[in-house]
Amino acid sequence: MDFWLPVVFAGLMALAMLIYVVLDGYDLGVGVLLNGGDDKEKDMMIASIGPFWDANETWLVLGIGILLIAFPMAHGTILSSLYLEVAVMLVGLTLRGVAFDFRVKAREPHKPLWNAAFFGGSLLASLAQGFMLGHYITSFEDSFGAYAFSALISLSVVAGYALLGATWLIMKSEHELQKKAVRWAQGALWLTAVGIAAVSIATPLISTRVFDKWFAFPQFLLLSQIPAVSIALILACHFRLRKLANNIDHREWQPFAFAVSIFLLAFAGLAYSLFPYLIIDEITIWEAASATSSLQFILWGVLITLPAILGYTVFAYRVFWGKTRELSYD
Amino acid sequence: MDALALARVQFAANITFHILFPAITMGLAWLLVYFKTKQDRTGEAHWREAYRFWVKVFALSFALGVVSGITMSFQFGTNWPGFMETVGNVAGPLLGYEVLTAFFLEATFLGVMLFGRKRVSNRVHTLATWMVAIGTSMSAFWILSLNSWMQTPAGFEMRDGQAFVLSWTEVIFNPSMPYRVTHMMLATGLTAAFVVAGLSAFRQLRGDTTEANRVALRVAVWLAAFLAPIQIVAGDLHGLNTLEHQPAKVAAMEGLWEDTEGADLLLFAWPDEANRENSFEIAIPKGASLILTHDLNGLVQGLNSFEGEHPKVAPVFFGFRIMIGVGLLMLLVSWTGAWVMRKGRDAPTWLARVLVGMTFSGWVATVSGWYVSEIGRQPWLVQGVLKTVDALGPVAAGPIAASLTTYVLLYLGLLAAYISVVFYLASQATAGHIPRERERLDNPLQQRAGA
Repeated sequence: MDFWLPVVFAGLMALAMLIYVVLDGYDLGVGVLLNGGDDKEKDMMIASIGPFWDANETWLVLGIGILLIAFPMAHGTILSSLYLEVAVMLVGLTLRGVAFDFRVKAREPHKPLWNAAFFGGSLLASLAQGFMLGHYITSFEDSFGAYAFSALISLSVVAGYALLGATWLIMKSEHELQKKAVRWAQGALWLTAVGIAAVSIATPLISTRVFDKWFAFPQFLLLSQIPAVSIALILACHFRLRKLANNIDHREWQPFAFAVSIFLLAFAGLAYSLFPYLIIDEITIWEAASATSSLQFILWGVLITLPAILGYTVFAYRVFWGKTRELSYD
Repeated sequence: MDALALARVQFAANITFHILFPAITMGLAWLLVYFKTKQDRTGEAHWREAYRFWVKVFALSFALGVVSGITMSFQFGTNWPGFMETVGNVAGPLLGYEVLTAFFLEATFLGVMLFGRKRVSNRVHTLATWMVAIGTSMSAFWILSLNSWMQTPAGFEMRDGQAFVLSWTEVIFNPSMPYRVTHMMLATGLTAAFVVAGLSAFRQLRGDTTEANRVALRVAVWLAAFLAPIQIVAGDLHGLNTLEHQPAKVAAMEGLWEDTEGADLLLFAWPDEANRENSFEIAIPKGASLILTHDLNGLVQGLNSFEGEHPKVAPVFFGFRIMIGVGLLMLLVSWTGAWVMRKGRDAPTWLARVLVGMTFSGWVATVSGWYVSEIGRQPWLVQGVLKTVDALGPVAAGPIAASLTTYVLLYLGLLAAYISVVFYLASQATAGHIPRERERLDNPLQQRAGA
């Protein structure tokens, strides 16, 4: 139990973070792309994420919650090292979260202001999350190189979220907006690819342990499939988008599926590099874990509630399935 | 200010801003369940209209609660890493259960409740309204359980500087938990009741004569009149519980310096901590002993028994008086209102004006009550287990000051926007009001009753 519980919770935390990145990724991405739409399209874009954003962000609370619950010893170090980025992200998330409501409830002349808050907040939160990832991968190193790397990751996370957001919109929108979304996705795809390549090259260089993990035989043969499949997916997404740009067909959900798969693989690669460390080469999951009895107590809760949460999340997505219509309280 | 003071102010600023919104949504969620149930049962259109308006206010308040709540979840780590490192085995699971049983429930069903009325059956929409209400209350249960444990820790032992749980039942149902949960739930009911009463009175003053607005006002005034006296009793019991477990906090609330038999009840005073005495006392002789010990000459411990181990007196002392003052005002206004509005009478203009003035009175009472409770626990973060100073993280004063300034400006802006927008929503609703008549909805229950 002392061995397995921290592993289980590390897995759960990874799962929550992955779900967060994909779900809030597409809605942050829509926010980043907001200024590309005209007034009516802006309403549509936000309507496509309106019923979901709140639950999407809850996965972040769960992810950070598991870090806090299961690994209290690493939680403080990680969060105080990321103090300013966290503050920036929170300001961003706050601005965009409230803008959802304010933009339709405040006086009409104030709407552009809240739209700007929605865009600015989404961009700020995405940039901050990317910077945090970069800072985290470089073990909070305080050097120019590390900051430059973090800035690069920051931009590529924005691109990745924009890719998710644009492909989400291809699925959820029609007509002019859908065509725009295809073009946005085409641009975002390549920036995302650059970002993933940068992380993949940098992570093994930062830690020899990570390097050995990836480039030792025979696992290298298996692991090399991750970048290979990623490249294949990026290309597949590229060709699908090129086709959609000419002619919208019924497989308009595919780019989103490709984008999610690309994220999944990138995430898997990163998780493989890190495991079993929470802070690279410093704190392992076992060193940081809470008492076994506390983990057992919360595990019961997870086992009972997580299926229910997934169940009613699926239910909510089914309720708002298909092309987005205007949001209304009626 | 040093890093400790800044970290405390920052955490206080965030948690103060945060609690404003759950204080409304927890109570309002149950009012929406009531409106929805009334609509389902009677088929009367005004219940649907009331629901439609208040669900908008709910959505806005909820959004502000969510975003400030996310901030809280991070600040445990950024500001007080020592908290989780010392008592993480206790606090972690309680927070975890809050996320798992409450946050997802309310956040997911909120979308269906707000935008799903035409996409799901009426029954499922009612269910979604219930789920959101249950979610908000579950959230309160877990977080207040944790807060209570920090005030009256139980069911654990310390080993190597870390808390280990011996009994989860004792942790969750720790000595102050039932009192705090009751007191806070009643507070949210009162806060929501006064928000609904205030905005409805505002609409009435703007010329809104719709049945929807009239019933909302009536329900809110009655709810406030019902809850206010219960809250006073619950608050008293909570105070006695605090006396048993945290006598230093009660001594600060009473502004009592020496151990006294037959202690006076101070209506007003100016606590002078440097000289450890009060100026300008206005007191009811032996009142404090009577309330706290139910005996005119009962012994009440004074602050000097806890020198160096008690909180700053002035904020606790004044916070307590503000809370009590607002609470008594709520009782007076709600009972007067209920009397004036008896037998279906409309609220007269003077009452409507008073109610508009009291719209956010619940905020004042709730926040000052929380200051009493939280500042009153100092210098401890977890009473007798962990001092606040020992939980402080390594972040320097500079970054904390920078982010604190940003947060405070943001929060002040959002607070102003929130207040102005809810009143704007109210005036909009009035501008587009429906004629005052009882329509029937296409409600299967009602049709069956009609047939």
